Amino acid sequence: MNHRGTRVLRLDALARVEGEAALHLRVEGDTVTETRLRIYEPPRFFEAFLTGRGHTEPPDITARICGICPVAYQMSACRAIEDACGVTVDGPLAELRRLLYCGEWIESHTLHIYLLHAPDFLGRADVVELARDQRAAVERGLRLKQAGNAIVEQLGGRPIHPVNVRIGGFYRTPAPDELRPLAERLRQARDDARETVRWVAAFDFPDAVCDHDLLALRDPGRYAIDSGTPAVVSAQGRGPASRELPLPDFEQHVKEGQVPHSTALTATLDGRRYLTGPLARYAINGRWLHPVAAEAARDAGLGDPETGAVCDNPFRSIVVRAVEVVQAVEEALRIIDGYERPPRPAVGVPPRRAAGAGATEAPRGLLYHRYALTEDGTIAEARIIPPTAQNQTAIEEDVRRAVQARLEATGPAADDEELTHLCERAIRNHDPCISCAAHFLDVTVERR
Amino acid sequence: MNGRVVVIGVGNPLRGDDGVGPATVEALRGRVPDGTVLTVSDGEPARMLDLWRGADTVVVVEALRTRPARPGELHTLTPADAANRTAATASTHALGLGECLALAEALGRLPKGLVVHAMEVADVELGAPLSEAARSALPDLVDQVAASVRHAYGSGHEG
Repeated sequence: MNHRGTRVLRLDALARVEGEAALHLRVEGDTVTETRLRIYEPPRFFEAFLTGRGHTEPPDITARICGICPVAYQMSACRAIEDACGVTVDGPLAELRRLLYCGEWIESHTLHIYLLHAPDFLGRADVVELARDQRAAVERGLRLKQAGNAIVEQLGGRPIHPVNVRIGGFYRTPAPDELRPLAERLRQARDDARETVRWVAAFDFPDAVCDHDLLALRDPGRYAIDSGTPAVVSAQGRGPASRELPLPDFEQHVKEGQVPHSTALTATLDGRRYLTGPLARYAINGRWLHPVAAEAARDAGLGDPETGAVCDNPFRSIVVRAVEVVQAVEEALRIIDGYERPPRPAVGVPPRRAAGAGATEAPRGLLYHRYALTEDGTIAEARIIPPTAQNQTAIEEDVRRAVQARLEATGPAADDEELTHLCERAIRNHDPCISCAAHFLDVTVERR
Repeated sequence: MNGRVVVIGVGNPLRGDDGVGPATVEALRGRVPDGTVLTVSDGEPARMLDLWRGADTVVVVEALRTRPARPGELHTLTPADAANRTAATASTHALGLGECLALAEALGRLPKGLVVHAMEVADVELGAPLSEAARSALPDLVDQVAASVRHAYGSGHEG
């Protein structure tokens, strides 16, 4: 290192993380001694905002937490309140919810793959530069994203902050005929989705290994999206398996602690660092991928998901996301093909004095909600544990490893600009949805 | 008349002055010709491109964060201004409006007519209402946007 003393670099960098955050990195000599990701996080505000509201309100209110994954917030909220009220939503209503959720997966993953993440691998500053010389690829991404958007708009009533979801089901359900144009569009999206896997699989991936415990819902027989039981694959002895954490015990295992540098709470799972999101889902649910998605995964070099393959390289998360888009397209088509309009758009959810929990797989990972209700359904307490807060410690560790590996590499020393870019990449691997609002990632590199 | 006119209010109404775009769109209801599309967006570029697909004229209403800020100050920007200006000052939305316009240009998807009305803002706290400065400047902003919409139809007739 040529730098002497302390040097602080501040950058208004990075639009390509959804939300706003800051990263502080301290390098002493050739060693990274501190990585602190600071997240400004809306769910804390929303927990307070929800208290005192009626039990029918969380799906509409929490949909506002994130412009990219409103459906995830709605679905976890619905499941938690229905759990508290002792109501199960199943059959065609549950299938419709899953279809809506597939739309969000397609939209959110495709946004991340094409507009945010791919430029990192292709040496482009951003998607604008990418569009100039790979216009067909970017057009493909926009087309594919639009297919997901169409599902959300059709079932959610509008493209952002869907208004058609309620506890117990929907305000209005579509007639099978109304879903036909969607199916047509999804059949076209199939090709784009498979081509996306081939496109990203050919990228150049830095060598990296993460050894976080992995947490995802497990829904035997199908790839977990909107339901399932939390399950963990330990960093030691990867492989099928895992232990389950029944949802009522979730907060006994996942503990959140406030750290001074973040408004988010950072989480541990039984005292250990862990990761949720596509890598965890793939490890835990891979064997239940649709055959077309499983084949795409094998062809893309992710190993055989049917035997419980685990992808340990966080840079390859872009490939897993692409496989999950194939999965979501196939799943959406399956649901539409078998769809019959439910007899009622929603089942009744009469309030009672109780608490309930719900978890679903947001595109970025497991999203947990818990509500305590009074007799008349007033919310006495709300708890939201979003995926990005759960992943914060794992992301910091990934950043530390990436920078450390670079500092130890032979050749010219890395300057601050290169380190900043490397940090951004390590963060983007996990598609942190830090908020849906103002968006600055200030990176400071402090060298001693 | 070739006038398909789309007005997009960009912003999050739950974040204080970030909500000036949506507030403007709300205030325009009943004040613009039938057929004018009034819509709001979080500014995400792929959605913006979808919203203006097939439009002849697009009017974007947006919050600008500047340093130092003069909250309530209004700006009318051409696409080129907006691309530069938002890079220098920073729009408050994930991939900024400048990037969105540049992407549209690279893909040949810029609408024929595009105008950006922006208000400088300072307070974008979650849960905050519109600030006094933003509230006082809002009627002028609404007038300017309404004038842009009228102008779009006017030039449609001529063309």
